Amino acid sequence: MNLLDFARGPALKVAIAVFCLGVAWRILAFALLRIRRDLNRPRDSVFKSITGGLLTVGSRSWPHREFIGRTGAGEALGYSYHIGLFAVVLLFTPHILFLRSLFGITWAGLPSSLITVISVLTLTLFIAVLFRRVTNPVMRMLSNFDDYFSWFITMLVMVTGIAATAHIGTSYETLLAVHILSVDALLVWFPFGKLMHAFYIFPSRALNGALLARKGATS
Amino acid sequence: MPLASEQLTVGEMLLRHGISRRGFIQFCTATATAMALPPWIGAAMAEQLRNARRPSVMYLSFQECTGCFESLTRSFSPTIESLIFNVISLDYDDTLMAAAGDQAEAALATAMKDNFGKYVLVIDGSIPTGAAGAYCASGGRSAVDTLREAAKGAAAIVCVGTCSAFGGIPFADPNPTGAWPVTAIVGDKPIINVSGCPPIPEVITGTLLQFVSTGRVPDLDEHLRPKVFFGNTIHDRCYRRPFFDEGKFAKSFDDEGARNGWCLYELGCKGPTTHNACATIKWNGGTSFPIESGHGCLGCSEPGFWDKGSFYAAQPSAEWGKAGAPSPRRAVELGGAAVAAGAVLGVASAGVSRLRQHRSEQEAADHDRKEL
Repeated sequence: MNLLDFARGPALKVAIAVFCLGVAWRILAFALLRIRRDLNRPRDSVFKSITGGLLTVGSRSWPHREFIGRTGAGEALGYSYHIGLFAVVLLFTPHILFLRSLFGITWAGLPSSLITVISVLTLTLFIAVLFRRVTNPVMRMLSNFDDYFSWFITMLVMVTGIAATAHIGTSYETLLAVHILSVDALLVWFPFGKLMHAFYIFPSRALNGALLARKGATS
Repeated sequence: MPLASEQLTVGEMLLRHGISRRGFIQFCTATATAMALPPWIGAAMAEQLRNARRPSVMYLSFQECTGCFESLTRSFSPTIESLIFNVISLDYDDTLMAAAGDQAEAALATAMKDNFGKYVLVIDGSIPTGAAGAYCASGGRSAVDTLREAAKGAAAIVCVGTCSAFGGIPFADPNPTGAWPVTAIVGDKPIINVSGCPPIPEVITGTLLQFVSTGRVPDLDEHLRPKVFFGNTIHDRCYRRPFFDEGKFAKSFDDEGARNGWCLYELGCKGPTTHNACATIKWNGGTSFPIESGHGCLGCSEPGFWDKGSFYAAQPSAEWGKAGAPSPRRAVELGGAAVAAGAVLGVASAGVSRLRQHRSEQEAADHDRKEL
């Protein structure tokens, strides 16, 4: 068994198993936690709480008018690299074929050359994001190992992917194996680090919004 | 064909056949060009060969289909006849030689004795070791015994074809004959693997010629293949590569993409992970190669190519063991089982957490009661 066979065979199996197990574990452990009973009388109906929660998901996804000058650039950066990541992961033909081999579903991709341009742009934005995290005193204070490691492992996947596509360094077979191994590593890390925000972000915003709406506040 | 090496230099042999020095240099230059060597190597190769005695070569066939030898006979540059009549002394080959039975075995024994330590041993086919080697025997001896004996006096061993280089199809799961590649049997001789199912004829003759003319093993990759022929992937040199970069793929063998000559990647082409010279040297005197005739590369020059799932599964596909093609169902089963295990853990974690929360609330309530 060579490195590529290992990466997309046993290593991928273990990574997918750990990913599924970890995500299910953390989501359920979080969802089934008991929320302390609020003994105050609700300011509004349950319906208002639910709509308040849903509205918060939208309102928190956009910079607040009052702070747009300070947070707008950061949010634009965040949106841009997330869109780039989604485009590369979901619209690159080899990725589509890989996902088809796993799940049996397929869709149309973008030309490889366009994906290469998007990848390089996303990589640049990713470096900018790290620069912002390191140079901004507040963000630096809020950041811990989890933030930097999650950044590193995502970056590793992107760099190895670009190297494999562009045949930089060594043979395509080895580069592809290293790329898939880095994806395996990301899948293993995913449930236990801040990458879990992909699953938590909308439910936590909705819950926050619903609790605040119960108190009559909008968020 | 000679049954034993004649003590003539290659130059003397050429003169006997009426081939001029100039003609021979042209032949060597053409061969050097085919091997992507610098032009001056051709003249040096010619000079070296002219003054050398024709080296003895023995071609032993074991567990194989003779496809590799069929391929070798179709070499255009150099041709098999020019190679065996002018450059090497092919002292044993059970497919070509007129002798048979005891005469053939005697020819092999004599050639091995006379050229001990100097001959090139070419091996075609894997070596079965099951049933004490009984799956492949000739002249009352098993392939494994013949190989061990012949290897003792070899200057180098050239493994022609994926079977002798990596085990090939006989080595594929479940390997009923206990087949092995030459590298698993012989460990103390220089080994050059010329893999392929079959290998490109010019790659076989070119490798032999390079070793014979220089007396040195060429630069080899990690699978002991000459880098000059196996240094690039087929994908690197494929004329359909621009379509890959543009994202234009044939989706079936009879769609518009296939008719337009688009990339065969989605149809399972193994070009990106296959090292060989098919896209440059091509086959049948440079006429075509499998991708040019509309079928994806099978990856036949790579180790274990037979056990790597479907030939028609796209390259980056997940592999789920030797059992066959990637199966979405197996991925879903694996993911489903992991999600179920994770759910149990999640419920248990939440339960423990609730229990702790309940206890701490009880303790707080008790504490408040006492204070009151």
